Amino acid sequence: MVRTSGETRAGDTAAVPARRHFRLAVPPVSGVLRPRLVAVCAALLAATFLVFCWGVSMGDVPIGLTAVMKALAGQGDPGTLLVVRELRLPRALVGLLAGVAFAVSGALFQTMTRNPLASPDMIGLTEGAGTAVVAGIVLGWDAGIGVQALGLTGALATALLVYLLAWRRGTTGYRIILVGIGLSWICTSATDFLVARGGRFQAQAALGWLVGNLNGRSFEDAIPLAVAVAVLVPATLVLGRLLRTLQLGDDVAAALGTRVQAVRLGLMLTGVGLVAFATAAAGPIAFVALAAPQIAQRLAGAAHPPPVASALTGALVVLGGDLAARTIIPGTELPVGVVTGVLGAPVLLWLLIRVNRAGSGG
Amino acid sequence: MTRAQGLRPAFLLVLLGAVLLVLCLLSIALGARGIPLDQVLRALAGHPDSRLVDNVVWTVRVPRTALGVTAGAALGLAGALMQALTRNPLADPGVLGVSAGAAFAIVFSVAVLGLGSLLGYIWFAFAGAFAAGVLVFLLGRMGRSGLTPVKLALAGIAMTSLLTSLTSAIVLTAPDALNRYRFWSAGSLADQGSETVLRVLPFVVAGALLAMACAPALNSLALGDDVAASLGRRLGLVRLQGVAAVTLLTGATVSVIGPVVFLGLVIPHAARALAQRAGIGPDHRWLLPLSAVLAPCLLLAADIAGRMVARPVEIQAGVLIAFLGGPFFIAMVRRRKLAEV
Repeated sequence: MVRTSGETRAGDTAAVPARRHFRLAVPPVSGVLRPRLVAVCAALLAATFLVFCWGVSMGDVPIGLTAVMKALAGQGDPGTLLVVRELRLPRALVGLLAGVAFAVSGALFQTMTRNPLASPDMIGLTEGAGTAVVAGIVLGWDAGIGVQALGLTGALATALLVYLLAWRRGTTGYRIILVGIGLSWICTSATDFLVARGGRFQAQAALGWLVGNLNGRSFEDAIPLAVAVAVLVPATLVLGRLLRTLQLGDDVAAALGTRVQAVRLGLMLTGVGLVAFATAAAGPIAFVALAAPQIAQRLAGAAHPPPVASALTGALVVLGGDLAARTIIPGTELPVGVVTGVLGAPVLLWLLIRVNRAGSGG
Repeated sequence: MTRAQGLRPAFLLVLLGAVLLVLCLLSIALGARGIPLDQVLRALAGHPDSRLVDNVVWTVRVPRTALGVTAGAALGLAGALMQALTRNPLADPGVLGVSAGAAFAIVFSVAVLGLGSLLGYIWFAFAGAFAAGVLVFLLGRMGRSGLTPVKLALAGIAMTSLLTSLTSAIVLTAPDALNRYRFWSAGSLADQGSETVLRVLPFVVAGALLAMACAPALNSLALGDDVAASLGRRLGLVRLQGVAAVTLLTGATVSVIGPVVFLGLVIPHAARALAQRAGIGPDHRWLLPLSAVLAPCLLLAADIAGRMVARPVEIQAGVLIAFLGGPFFIAMVRRRKLAEV
């Protein structure tokens, strides 16, 4: 049974005053379906699919868009199938999944800290994972599960440190951000040290990866990330529902029966895990975690970053960025991280002005 | 307190000068091939033991050491000046985006405009440093609560990441420049001749003189804008003078050793702590020279350590300083005095 409802809910009022939305009340699925959010998600999904196929169609041997779509469905001549499935699909998949992972994690951290600047790439998690992965490359545990585990360890350790160091009778948004920035500088210089220490070949591998790169990705990179996304994104969505009560304040949430500390810890871990796997597979792609949730929030006209729309925006940003990186200057292949960095930094500046003006940052 | 007052400020400066001198000698003596100290002294006095020693000392180690002293002093002064001007304990040419502005301008001038000479770089570095510094200041001032340490730092960090992204976009499209840039961007003192030092020195000296001329006004500025104005200080003029000095000091340094972060952040705090021990208090007429002597000590120490730790490769001094400065930055952020944090 679906009925329209004009009532406003506490969480929605800030950005969207009394907008018509549908309350879905068919157990076990219940919730609020907002037509604008659904429309935005559908549009993002279509755009992401198109850019995904476009990316696969590009290369030394151009393949038409329709041929790509057919090949993805398993039709076409063996040559095309081989090129599409074996050579180009992993790159596009890693881009798609990394975009989803970064963006969902960003949405999670931004909602949890109630500060748009507190995304994992601002508070050092990406750099922490990066340092651990470079240590792996330089010290010689490359490829496969080793790198993933290292990324996870690095991100977890950094998250723990940020939390502990920012703690002083509670944490505030700004202190977390500045402590995270300090930590990410330490991690960056540790990475520089490792790169300088490593052999020439290893240093080149590390450098190519460090900017955030999709060149030459294989299924070996895509599969662990796919598993992580398949497990952690649904977990985030489930736990995210509990997050709604957390926003009423810890005491109210506890009174409503939420196990506050457990939920928060669970959310932190899923967010950190997503960043770690994405970083291990695609490198620290700059600003996706920061910008994608904010873009999605504004597209959907929501008060908080909407998880699904954020995920799709993240995928679109990374795939589109990679496409742009490959086409802007003919003959050169820029790493995708450069494009997202150049586009994302103005978003950061703009957010800073917005947060300052609203006085909502600290 | 009575014991502390016995330690006069001038004596403190001489003491630090002696430490710096020892570090200079060590910096000349230590390296890929160590030279015994007595041989170093004889080579410096003009009676070298062999032509090889003479060559290594005068063409490699002395320019490197001189560059360390010059650049260190400039960054220490720039940091102390910025912290006083903005009344912000988190200020530093690296944190507030001034270094990144200079670095971007240099890379832009080389890659896009095709400039080749160092003197060309320096003017671009000044322009970039100045523009970035002013922009960050304006950005940090936006919003309801005006200029707070936290907002200024965040604006600087945002500007730094924007400029760094643009810089790496330029560098990555010119692959042959990548290696040189990577080396330079990490802040290294290696492989610079004496002519580099001589070219930068006039700008650093000019910046230092300007900075010292600001010192009395900075003391009144520390009491707040209104008090400073009522004491007869022309605030606009003082700020302009300070910004000019920061631009000269930072731009000149960045053009040779790249955007070193944290030196300017850490040193003024150390200088203040020392000054307090010596019973001087926060007097910028002493704080600025103290910073100018302390900073090269740290930079040279980091450079020497970088040469020794990971042989046969060298770790750039800037990397080591960032590694030390990170924890310091975090400690500063945790301090309760930063009310906005």
